[in-house]
Amino acid sequence: MGEPLVRMEGIEKRFPGVLALSGCRFELEAGEVHALVGENGAGKSTLMKILTGVYRKDAGTIFYKGQEVDIPHAKAAQQLGIGIIHQELNLIPDLTVAQNLFIGREPRKALGLLLDNKELERRAVHWLGQLNLKVDPRAKVSDLTVAMQQMIEIVKALSHHSEVLIMDEPTAALTDSEIVELFRVIRQLKASGVGIVYISHRMEELKEISDRITVMRDGRYIDTVPTKETPVERIIAMMVGRELQDRTRAVPVSGSKETVLEVKGLNRGNAVKDVSFRLHKGEILGIAGLMGAGRTEVARAIFGADRPDSGEIVIRGRKARIRDPHDAVRLGIGYLSEDRKRYGLLLEMDVRTNIAVSSYSRFRRWTGWMRDKEMEKTAEEQVNALRIKTPGVFQPVKFLSGGNQQKVVIGKWLVRDCDILIFDEPTRGIDVGAKAEIYALLEELAARGKSIIMISSELPEILRLSHRILVMCEGRITGELSADGATQEAIMKLATQRGA
Amino acid sequence: MELSASATSRTAALKKAGAAQKLLAFASLILLVVFFSLSSANFFKFDNIIGILLATAVTGVLALGSTFVIITGGIDLAVGTVMTFCSVIAGVIITFGGMPIPYGILGAVGAGALCGAVSGFAVAYLKIPPFIATLAVMMITKGLSLVISGTKPIYFVDTPAFAKIAMESSIAKLIPGLAIPNAVFIYFGMAILASLLLTKTIVGRYNFALGSNEEAARLSGINVRAWKLAIYTITGVFSGVAGIIMASRLNSAQPALGQGYELEAIAAVVIGGTSLSGGKGSILGTVIGALIMSVLTNGLRILSVPQEWQTVIIGGVVLLAVYVDIIRRRKG
Repeated sequence: MGEPLVRMEGIEKRFPGVLALSGCRFELEAGEVHALVGENGAGKSTLMKILTGVYRKDAGTIFYKGQEVDIPHAKAAQQLGIGIIHQELNLIPDLTVAQNLFIGREPRKALGLLLDNKELERRAVHWLGQLNLKVDPRAKVSDLTVAMQQMIEIVKALSHHSEVLIMDEPTAALTDSEIVELFRVIRQLKASGVGIVYISHRMEELKEISDRITVMRDGRYIDTVPTKETPVERIIAMMVGRELQDRTRAVPVSGSKETVLEVKGLNRGNAVKDVSFRLHKGEILGIAGLMGAGRTEVARAIFGADRPDSGEIVIRGRKARIRDPHDAVRLGIGYLSEDRKRYGLLLEMDVRTNIAVSSYSRFRRWTGWMRDKEMEKTAEEQVNALRIKTPGVFQPVKFLSGGNQQKVVIGKWLVRDCDILIFDEPTRGIDVGAKAEIYALLEELAARGKSIIMISSELPEILRLSHRILVMCEGRITGELSADGATQEAIMKLATQRGA
Repeated sequence: MELSASATSRTAALKKAGAAQKLLAFASLILLVVFFSLSSANFFKFDNIIGILLATAVTGVLALGSTFVIITGGIDLAVGTVMTFCSVIAGVIITFGGMPIPYGILGAVGAGALCGAVSGFAVAYLKIPPFIATLAVMMITKGLSLVISGTKPIYFVDTPAFAKIAMESSIAKLIPGLAIPNAVFIYFGMAILASLLLTKTIVGRYNFALGSNEEAARLSGINVRAWKLAIYTITGVFSGVAGIIMASRLNSAQPALGQGYELEAIAAVVIGGTSLSGGKGSILGTVIGALIMSVLTNGLRILSVPQEWQTVIIGGVVLLAVYVDIIRRRKG
C-alpha cells in the first residue's frame, strides 16, 4: 500500500502540570476505518485535536501522504483535507441544510454583493447526492433528526475535500436503525478511499465497522491490532491495563443494611432510563460508566437540579417531594458537582461565605441579623477539621487549589448537616497528592455514618472506595457489582453494554 | 507555605483595590466640589449645599433600592414610575379618601412593595428577563398612575402637614439656624437602613450570593426564587419612600412624572462602583454616586452650562466610571 495517509510518531503534549500525551503514534491508511479506543482521559481526544490543529504538539512528527506537515491551526488541517465530526454537532439550527454546508464560503453573484442561492442549492444537491442522502437542501437543520444532522456534518466535511474523517462517538445519540444508515455511509466513504478515524467505546460497533484498533491508555500508545483477530476481552484488558489490578485496594468495610435513600423508576428524557437503586447508611455507592452514560443526570434529578419525567425518591422510608435543590438540601442531600467553579462555589467570595452559604438560616437571629462571629468560628472549625489550606476564612476561594476548593464544598454540606452526599467526579482537576486526601475524607465520612454516592470515571477510584458499584450505560443501570467481585474488566464490559 | 504567603498578599491587594475604587469615587466627589467652589462663589454656600442634598434625596433613595436588584445581576427599570404610582396612591388615600397621613404613607410604601413583588415574581418565578419584566411593570404603573388620578395632579390641599414631611426642618427646632429639611435626613436614614440590610442581614448575604453565581447558589440549596422576589420587593419599598418624598416636596402627586428617574438611579449606582454583572457593590458607593450626579448638575447649572450639555457631561461620567471599573477588574 506504500505510505499511509496519516502517520503520527512520538507525539508529546504537555498541559500545565500534566503530561497529556507521550510517545504516541497513530497510522491511518486510505480506505480504512481505524478505531481509536481508551478510557476517558486516555488521550484520544488530545491526539485528535493535535491532528486537527486545535492543539499544537510539543514533540513528534506528523506525515500526511508521506510528507512531513505542520498543523498550526484548524484551518491548516482543513486545507490538508482532515475533517472532524464532533460529538456535539456544529450546525446552526436556524439555517437550512444548504446554508450550513457552505457557511462562510457561500457562492455569490453581482460582484460578490448578493448571495447566489441557485448555485448554493445546486452545490448542496451535488454533495448530498454523493452519499445518496434524501434530504431537502432547503430544510431547516433544526427540523432534522440528530442522525440526519450528523450526516450533514459528514457531507460538510466531504465538501471541503476531506480525505481523512475523524468521528468522535458518532453513534452516541443514534438509534439502531440510524446506526445502520451511518455504517452504510461509512462503508461508502471507505470504498471511495477516505480514511476514517473512529472513536467509540462500543465494542460491538468497533467489531462491526473497523479494520484496525489502536488502544491508548494514560496518554500513551499501547498497541494497534487487526480487529478481526482480536477478542473484545483483550481490547478491554489493554484499555484498563493489567498493572492497575495489583494496586492495593483498601477493601472497604461494608456499610449497614439500613436504607437511607431509595430511587424507584427514575426517568428523564433520553439521559436517564428507569433507574432504580438503594443507598445504605454509611455506604459509599460507586456509580461507574463512560461519559454520557447518564450518571450526572441521575444525580441532578435526585437533587432536584433537573426535574425527572417520572420516578419516585424515598428518603428514610418516606416518599420525598423534591422540586428544587432547596427541597433536597432540607432533606439532608448535598450535591458536589464535577464542575465546582460553575456549580459549587461562589468563586469571588471568601471561604467563610462558601462554607456557611447553605446554612445561613442557622446563623441568623429572628430579626434577620447575621451572627458573623459564629459563622466565622464554624468556618474556622471546618478549615481545621478538613485541613483546608488557606491563609484564613476571608480568603476568596478562587485563590485556593482544586483540592482545597473541593474541601470547602464538602465543608459547606457538613455544616448543613447533610447525611446523603452525592460526589460527582470528586477528584476531577485535583492533583495526585490531594486526591489521596479526598479519598481518606470520603472514607472517614462514610465511617461517620454519612451515605455517599460517588460518580467517577476513574475505575481505580471506584474500585478503591466503593462498597458497591452500579454501572450505567446510556441512561440505564446495566449492572451492580459488589466490592469483592468487581474488576475493571467487569465494569468496562457493563459500561459498554448497549440496550440491556 | 510560600504559596499561602503570596495568596495573603493577593487578598490584601484585592482589598486595597476595592477600597481604592471607593476612595476614587470619593476623591472625584471632593475634587468636583473643590472645582465648583473655586469656579463660582455661589457654589459652596449653605443654601446651595442643602439644595444639592435635597435634589439628591429622591433619585438617591431610588438608587439605594436599585442597588439591591443590580447586585443580583438584574435591573429594575420600573423604579421611577413605581415612585409616581406610590405618590398617586398616597394622594388617593389622603386627598380623595380623606384619611390620615400615616395611612397614606403606609399605602404608598405598600404599593411600592407590591409593585416590586410583581416584578420579582415575573423575574424569579416566570423567568422573564429582568429588563423585560420591569419594563412591563414600568409601563403598567405609568398607565395606572394616569388612570387612577384621572391624568390630573392630586394636591394635598386639606393636609398641609403632608408637605412638612420632606420640606420642614425638624432639626432647626432643636438647633436654630440649622435649616436642613427632613428629606435629607430621610435620605441618609434610608441609606443607613439599606447599608445594614445589605451587609448585616440574611437578605443581604443572599443578595450577594445570588449575584455572585446564581446557579451555584441554587445548588447550595438556597431558595433562589423566594429571595429574588424578596429583593425586588425591597427595591419597591424604596420606590415607595421616594414617592412620599417626591409628593411631599411638590405637595402633590404628579402622575405624568417619573419616567427617566430609573436611569438616573442606575447611573448613580454604576458610578458608585456596583457591577451590573452582579455580586459586587455597596450602599456607600451608591450614595457617593448619587451625590456626584447632583453636584455635577448643580455645579454646571451655576456655571451656566445649558441643561442639554449637563446631560451630555453626565453621560460621559457614566462611561468613564464604568470604564475605570473595568480596568480595575482586569487588574484584579
